This record gives sequence, structure tokens and C-alpha cells, in this order.
Amino acid sequence: MTTTYTRADFQTDQEVRWCPGCGDYTILAAVQNFMAGMGVERHNIVFVSGIGCSSRFPYYMNTYGFHSIHGRAPAVASGIVATRPDLSVWVVTGDGDALSIGGNHLIHALRRNVNLKILLFNNQIYGLTKGQYSPTSEVGKLTKSSPAGTVDWPFNPISLALGAEASFAARTIDIDRNHTTEILRRAHEHKGTAFVEIYQNCNVFNDKAFLQLTGKEERAVNRIDLIHGQPIIFGPNRENTVVWDNGAAKIVPTDSVTADRIIVHDERHPDPSVAFALSRLSHGPYGPTPMGIFRAVERPVYETAFNQQLVEAQSKRGPGDLAQLIRSLGTWEVA
Amino acid sequence: MSDHTATLDSPTPPETIRLDKVVIRFAGDSGDGMQVAGNRFTDASAAFGNDLATLPSFPAEIRAPAGTLPGVSSFQVQIADFDILTAGDAPDCLVAMNPAALKANLADLRQGGTLVVNTEAFDERNLAKAGYEKNPLEDSSLDGYRVIEAPMDALTKEAVAGSGVSGRDVLRSKNFFALGLLGWLFHRPLEPTQTWIADKFAKNPPVVTANTAALKAGWNFGFTTEAARTTFEVKPAKLSPGTYTNVTGNTALAWGLIAAAQCAKLPLFYGSYPITPASDILHELARHKNFGVRTFQAEDEIAAVGSAVGAAFAGNLAVTGTSGPGMALKSETVSLAIATELPLLVVNVQRGGPSTGLPTKPEQADLLFAMFGRHGEAPLPVLAIATPSEAFEMAIEAARLALKYMTPVILLSDNHIANGSEPWRLPDLSTLPDISVPFAAPDGGTFLPYSRDLHTFARPWAIPGTPGLEHRIGGLEKEAVTGNVDYEPANHQLMTDSRAWKIANIANDIPPVVVNADQEAQVLVLGWGSTYGAIRAAANRLRNRGQKVAVAHLRHLNPFPANLGEVVRAYRHVLIPELNTGQLLKLVRADFLVDAVGLNKVSGVPFRVAEIEEKVLEMLGVEQTTPAEGAMQ
Repeated sequence: MTTTYTRADFQTDQEVRWCPGCGDYTILAAVQNFMAGMGVERHNIVFVSGIGCSSRFPYYMNTYGFHSIHGRAPAVASGIVATRPDLSVWVVTGDGDALSIGGNHLIHALRRNVNLKILLFNNQIYGLTKGQYSPTSEVGKLTKSSPAGTVDWPFNPISLALGAEASFAARTIDIDRNHTTEILRRAHEHKGTAFVEIYQNCNVFNDKAFLQLTGKEERAVNRIDLIHGQPIIFGPNRENTVVWDNGAAKIVPTDSVTADRIIVHDERHPDPSVAFALSRLSHGPYGPTPMGIFRAVERPVYETAFNQQLVEAQSKRGPGDLAQLIRSLGTWEVA
Repeated sequence: MSDHTATLDSPTPPETIRLDKVVIRFAGDSGDGMQVAGNRFTDASAAFGNDLATLPSFPAEIRAPAGTLPGVSSFQVQIADFDILTAGDAPDCLVAMNPAALKANLADLRQGGTLVVNTEAFDERNLAKAGYEKNPLEDSSLDGYRVIEAPMDALTKEAVAGSGVSGRDVLRSKNFFALGLLGWLFHRPLEPTQTWIADKFAKNPPVVTANTAALKAGWNFGFTTEAARTTFEVKPAKLSPGTYTNVTGNTALAWGLIAAAQCAKLPLFYGSYPITPASDILHELARHKNFGVRTFQAEDEIAAVGSAVGAAFAGNLAVTGTSGPGMALKSETVSLAIATELPLLVVNVQRGGPSTGLPTKPEQADLLFAMFGRHGEAPLPVLAIATPSEAFEMAIEAARLALKYMTPVILLSDNHIANGSEPWRLPDLSTLPDISVPFAAPDGGTFLPYSRDLHTFARPWAIPGTPGLEHRIGGLEKEAVTGNVDYEPANHQLMTDSRAWKIANIANDIPPVVVNADQEAQVLVLGWGSTYGAIRAAANRLRNRGQKVAVAHLRHLNPFPANLGEVVRAYRHVLIPELNTGQLLKLVRADFLVDAVGLNKVSGVPFRVAEIEEKVLEMLGVEQTTPAEGAMQ
């Protein structure tokens, strides 16, 4: 029997200090609302973050929380989950935190399939350090640290996660609360690492970066909703679709192909290259962009196997006997 | 070796010389199995009842080119009939399996010492690789030594024939031949080695047969060889009564961590990334999952300590272990553990630096790094292990301080302690301390994560899963008591002072430094870490010469024991020998304004006892008319 909660139970007495109009507010509200109905006791939930605007998140969640250091949240969270599989552990991170300074920890958490829920707020800019380009900023972006435009090729976070064989990879966007809530629910239910990229508007340093997906008309044209078991068709009049073309996924006019050529989305496909192909339909939010769950497959969960080894060792050898251990290399007596 | 068969017919009666101690060094190619031979000799000596100390030395490369100087691996052991403290300054007996091993080690061999060589390895190719223009076995360069020449390849092949081992593998038993020969020379029992071989290679009976045959062949070769007529015997030592085992520092440390977790009634979590010379701690702990030990091999050093911090937050006895380069990477996360005031053990098995430096050689050059190697005002307790077996109790002591004071603790070891071994009198486990601390429990009021215990200044440890104690911690400065983020000037001052006071106050909870002093001693030799044995042995030699000295060894380096100032001010001279350029020296001079003097060495090898002895004599103004090192025979 779990406690009945409302959103207010997940709010803290700390003043929320994001800039007015920041996309983080909507995400915070969505998460608090979702958690009220998640069915997990508040004291069994842990939020872990790194550094950056998004990483202030734990201070505003009335759960256990750990605001760690830049890029390291997946490492800290892995230590929690590995030893305490009873907890529901969420990582909140940003594009700089997860993909730049913390890239290594992210891919290794995904590879291991630790039961972590990783929410990556992608605003394509460094906010807390006031406006430098990030590893997801578009090429040519003018920022304080790139006055002549960036020359760095950006990451596609979903492609990156799938490259690390993420068992769950999804994309949503701050202003679509229902969609975000649905993705949070699926991430929570997933066993293993759930990687959720959340497009999040930074209205101070990178305003309207996601206009192609938020503007009323643009959204209708560009948003590709991935729905398991459904053919991938999008556009105001369902005029575009996705087909296989020479090994890659490709957008074509719906009326140019027969129905049997249209890709039916299969989030459970065992081969990550299928989801990867879909992730290549966009490279940043600049045109048709898939949203939703790219991949959700079951594969062995890290901490389950990790702790099972302890159980097996104990059933085989019995609980450890220290007196026996310190004699295990052979002893001699001195009278 | 034609006289080999001749002596079979008429062996002259052996002559046995009684010694109180002897230093033996096995040296060969890294593939020659010298570490195994040395370890087996050591275990046989331990079983025989000698006191002993070992010093392995191996290249950083796994297999440096065969036959070359960089590929030489060695293992030195000193055995004695009394309580010895080091692996010895200069070998009395050197086993050289090839010309490179001879070249790299001959200079250390005592004049008149015994040299055992594998003659067949002294061919043109190997001589050239070692840089010999002429074969040293054929000129007069070895005249000052007693040379025992053994054609080990041929004799091993002969002995191993019929075992079922064939081809190139036959010569892999060569180290057991050498071991058997040394067994003859030094009256070592063969049984412990035979038992070990049978156990170790149980799954491969031909190898058991081959190694056993080679071992016996080596012993028989000694028995029948004229040059090996004179043998040496070192009687068992009179050690304190008890049960003993022979243990390396890394193993004792791993066991100490397991014991610490039991003393703390907590599960043990060890997050680590492979690094020489700390990896053996990870290996040892990974074998003992039935103790509830969780070992997490992380993707890098930062994740290793990060996972440990997470595990600490979640309620484990959390430990991370590494060596110097890894310490550099962990620095930011150790600061996080200071800010969040979580219990964490950080083990640094020091090696030579800077950068990759000397991965397989000891150095004590991370002391100031342990003290100050963090951004901001970030004090933490620093402890150092003095001898291999002491690692066990020091692991428990470090855990005690971490848990009681809610702080990360750095525990320093080094490559000498980690891979060196010594007999360890097993402790009575029922006397191990209870170091458990209670987790915070809800009391109905508002939980205050940064309230402090009035005696220890520790904050409460509230672990996830506890209803009503939901709270947030992190690296941003915390408001005292509430733990809310707070940047106010007065609060930062208070929190900085509180963190500093919490650590400084530990001086009242650790034993005073014990001084072992002669009446009217004018000089104090103060040490820390693995120099313990050399310093104590030097003091013994000085006393044998009629000199008065005082010695003290620090296990707690931050804070210092409360009486240290009084101790260092009580002597006219303070000598601080360190395998660095003067790090404890700086701290002592700065803290106590005494004119302490350093004896410093950074050559990748431990102090010779004589070096410390000579320095003390120099400070005392004693004319050194006789060699400082007491002649053994």
C-alpha cells in the first residue's frame, strides 16, 4: 500500500531559481505530477544530478537528492543503484553535463544497463556559464566562445545512446506535458537504463531553438510521432512517410510509395540499428524530427546480475568467515 | 660441468655455516618465473619459522624484450633467526638466470657472496643483449664471488623428460630447478613447495610432475656439486607466540577492508579502476563476494570514486583505491565527499611520479598531494601504513575515522608495502573494535542534514529509503544546520571553520606518537610509511655501536598526534628520512618551527639501512672509521 501523493508533496521549500520562462519549470511540474501517481514511496526515490541549470533539479524535488559534480551523476547514481536496487534512481543532466564533460559515464551507464532513468535536458547551449556553444549546438552557431561560428560537429544524443546500445531511448519536448508524462511513465516502467532526451528551451541564451517543433504550423509539418506498431506517417495531411532506402531510413511523400513499404515502428526490435536509422532522420530540431520512444527492449539489468553474484557466492561458499580468510594462505605456529 | 658426474661418485662432506640472517635475490627475465621462485622460497622459510621480509621488483612492461636489461625481474628476501625489519641492503646470494640479470644486479651483491648462474643463458646472443663484450663467466670479473654454475636448461630438460610436458613448456620449470638448488644451499624444506605445486597445478598433472621433478633436480644438483659443498643455515626466529601467515600489503589491506566492514556492520563497496600497483586489492576483494563485498570496476578513476560516493550516500562502507595518477583524477570527487560530509575511504598505493612515472617502483611523494591536493579549503584525515601486515589494522582505523567523523579519509600505502610481504601474527578477531555508527532515524521533527554532533562535529547519515528524512545534499556550500544552499559570507566562514575543526579535533581521538628512545638521545629519527623497517633497523645498528637514538613513526599524518610538537621539540636533532624530496619535513618544520633535517631519496628503491645509519652518525658527529653496515660474517 503506497502513500497517496499530490504534486505538492514533491515540492520543496526551496525557491526555484531558474530564469523566468525557462523550459525547466514545465519539466519540473511534469515530473512532480507524474511522481505523485508513480506508485513509489517518496523516500525510495533519489534524484542525482551533475552541474548546470538542469542539475539544480534535485533541490526542488522533495525526495532524496544529490547534486554532484560536473558530468559525474551517472557514476554516483550507479554506485547507489548497484548497492540499493530497491530505490528508484533518476539522473537529471544537460547537454554539456552528459555529452561533453560526462560523456564517458553516460555511455558506460547505458552499456551496463544500470536501472537508472536519465533525463537529459537538451537546450543546445551552456546556460549556467552564460552562453557558450555546447556539444549539441548547430555548426556555425555564434556564441561568446564562437564569435566566428562553431566548427564543431554536434552530437545527435539519441544516436549516441543507441550506439552505446541503450535499452531505452526516447525524445520528448518541454512544452508537450502529456507527451513528457507518457515518456516518464514508460521510462519508469523500463527495466534498465532509460535515456530520455528532453528538448528544453533556454529563453535567455538560445531562445526558440526548437521553433521548428513548437511553432503551431512548423510543428504540424515537422513532428514525426513514433508509435509502436504504427506506420510512420506525418505532416498536417499525413503527406510524408518513412521508408527503407538503401539501408537507411528516408522521408518520402506518402503517395509516392505503396503502403507495404512504409516502416511500421517497432520499438522492441532487438537490433539497435533499426532505431538508430530512425534517429538519423534528423540532426537537431531543424526539420522533420522523430519524437517518442525509439527503442525499448529488455536485456540483462546490471545490478540484478551484480547482486546475484553475491547470492551465488554465499550459497556456494557460505557467508564469509574472516578467521578462515586470514588463514587461507597457510599458517604456522610459534610456541 | 664435467665435474658434476664426478662428484656423484665422491661427494665431499658438506659444510654448514650458521648465519643469523641472509639476503637472497632471485633475478631473471620477466618470463623466467622469478617472482614465483622468490615467493615459494619465502613461504618455505616462513613455514620453517624464520622471520623474513621481501622486496619484489619488476619492470613496468609485461614482457619487455627477452634477455634485455629492462626485462629483468627480481625478488629479494631476507630471512633471519631474529626479528628483522627490511628485505636487506645487499644480497648475500644472487641467482642470475641470464646475463642481463647478472649485469643489473651484480653491483648489489656483497663481496664474497654466492652467485648462482644458469650457464646456458650466457650465450653470445644474450651476452650481446645485456651489453657484455666478453663472457663474465670466462674472465676474472667474478673472482670476488663464490660462483655456482649450473646448466639449468639441460638439467631441467633432463629432469622433466617423461612428465608429459613437452616443447618450449619444458623450460618453464627452470625456476623450480633454481629454487631446488637454493633449497639445498640454504637448508629449506622442499615439502611446502611440493604441496604448493600440487595444489596450484592440480588441474594439470603433467605440470605438477615436471615442476616437482625440476625442484628435486635442483636440490640434487646442489647435493652433488663441489661448488655447492658449503651450505648455510638460518635457524627459526624467536617470534612472539601465535599463529602466523605471510602476507603482502595489498592482501592485508583487502582483508582489512573486509574486516572493517564487519566491524562497521555495513556492506563493503569497492569502486576502482585497474592501476598498478593497486589492482591486486581489487582482485582480492572481487574473490570474496560471499562476504557481501561488492566490487565495481568503473570506466575510469573518476567513476570509481563517484560510484563510491554514491554507495556512501546509499549506506555502504565505501572505498576506492588507486595510485598517484588516479588520485589526481579523483581529486574533485574527494572534495565533493568533503562538502557532502560522507564517509569514504580513498586508498593511494603510491608509486614513482610525476605522470606515469615509475609504475612499479615505490615512492612516498604523494603526502603533500594527499594533504592539500584539492581545490578550496578541503581538509581530511591522512593515514599511512608502515608495513605490509599493518595494512589490516590501518584499514580498520581509516574506516573508523571516516564513519565516526563523516569524512573522506586518505590511506597511503606504497609499492614497497603493497607487494612486499612479512610474517603476520594473526590478530584475535574478537578484539577488533566496533566501529559501527547509527544511521539517522526520524524523530518526528524536521530533519536537519547539517546539524552536528557536539563531540565529533559529524553530521547525521540519513540514507535513502528512510521515511521522513528526504533531503538534498551536494557540492554547493550548505547552510549550517539546514543544509540548504547558502552563499552568505558568514555562513561560508562558519562552514569552512567547522570542516577544519572537525578534522583537527580528530587529534584527540588518535593515539599519541610513541617514541622509542634511549636515555639522553640527541637525535630523533621520525618517519612515516614504508621507511619503517629501514629506520628501525638503522636504530638497532646504531645502538649496537653504542649510539643513543630515538625513533618514532607516524601513522596519522593529518591531523598529527597531539603530542608530536612536544616530541620533535625534545631533541637537538630531528632527522626525517623520506622517499621524496622532503614532504613530511616541510609539514613538521612549518607546524612546529623546528630545524628538522631531511634524508631524501627518489631513485625508485627503498632506503638501505646503512644510508640512514650513516646520516645519523654524521649528524652526531661520529667519525665513521668502520663501515656503517655491520658486517654479517
